[in-house]
Amino acid sequence: MPQIFGEYREDLPKGNEYLILRFSPTSVPLKERWRNNGLSANFMADYMATFFPGESVIPVKSAVSFIANELIENAMKYSDQSSDFPVTIALYLYRDKLIFLTNNSIAKPQVETFQNFLKELTESDPAELWLQHLEQNAAEEDSNQSGLGFLSMINDYQAELGWKFEDADPNGVAVSTMVQLRSESL
Amino acid sequence: MEILAEEYQIQYDAASGTVHCQGSLRLAGTEEYAPVAQLLIDAAGQQPETMKLDLRQLQFLNSSGINMLSKFIVRVRQQGKPQITVLGSKGIPWQGKSLKNLQRLMPSLVLELEEEG
Repeated sequence: MPQIFGEYREDLPKGNEYLILRFSPTSVPLKERWRNNGLSANFMADYMATFFPGESVIPVKSAVSFIANELIENAMKYSDQSSDFPVTIALYLYRDKLIFLTNNSIAKPQVETFQNFLKELTESDPAELWLQHLEQNAAEEDSNQSGLGFLSMINDYQAELGWKFEDADPNGVAVSTMVQLRSESL
Repeated sequence: MEILAEEYQIQYDAASGTVHCQGSLRLAGTEEYAPVAQLLIDAAGQQPETMKLDLRQLQFLNSSGINMLSKFIVRVRQQGKPQITVLGSKGIPWQGKSLKNLQRLMPSLVLELEEEG
């Protein structure tokens, strides 16, 4: 049974424009291909900007680039390295919104921690949680933040976020992350 | 003090007490951001009164970078000095959206967002 957190739409409306990037699993260490995340995000941003009128090109590029980059970074970081599951990011354009959808594997031991964070995220005031996370991170010398990207999307871009967890392969788990960004929030 | 990489440049100008950040900062996490964080801490150490953080040419900053910057701001707040002024640009949309959050961490922080052009 899939598990859903937050605002996740199973029935994605049919859109006219979309762009999907799929990354093969690779043995090259993430550190060595980290710049590909930014390159891919910038490409998606540039591509989508074509469909917006002149005055909104800069805000569209900036928002798409930030959100796509965060989503790709997360998907790459948390993918189960032992799995041959690819990472996919799709961006759908609608009249009033953009929908980002990533799909990647996640190592089983990380599922519970991630889901606990998502419960906290979907049940708390995001502005308070943002402050709490940063204060907490500041107190820990080598904290590796997670979730700050999601909190920035919610607080700074008024985006709606949702997640779906499903079983994949015999032993794996796949997670889909959906970000809905209203055009008026750009 | 400076860090010059292909995609970003960070320079401390001691005379004006300003750290200039340019380009796109999208490093992978706390470890990769450590040299940048150290430069900020060293610059703050040399500025007993005021320090400026000039982000007007910083096109992108990922959430790990926001985290690093926030940690620095909390550290300055805890030490009680120096006074921090952040210079941003309205022409770079993420700055208008995200930089105001730094003031929530340190209400005395001055945020100046310049008109574009």
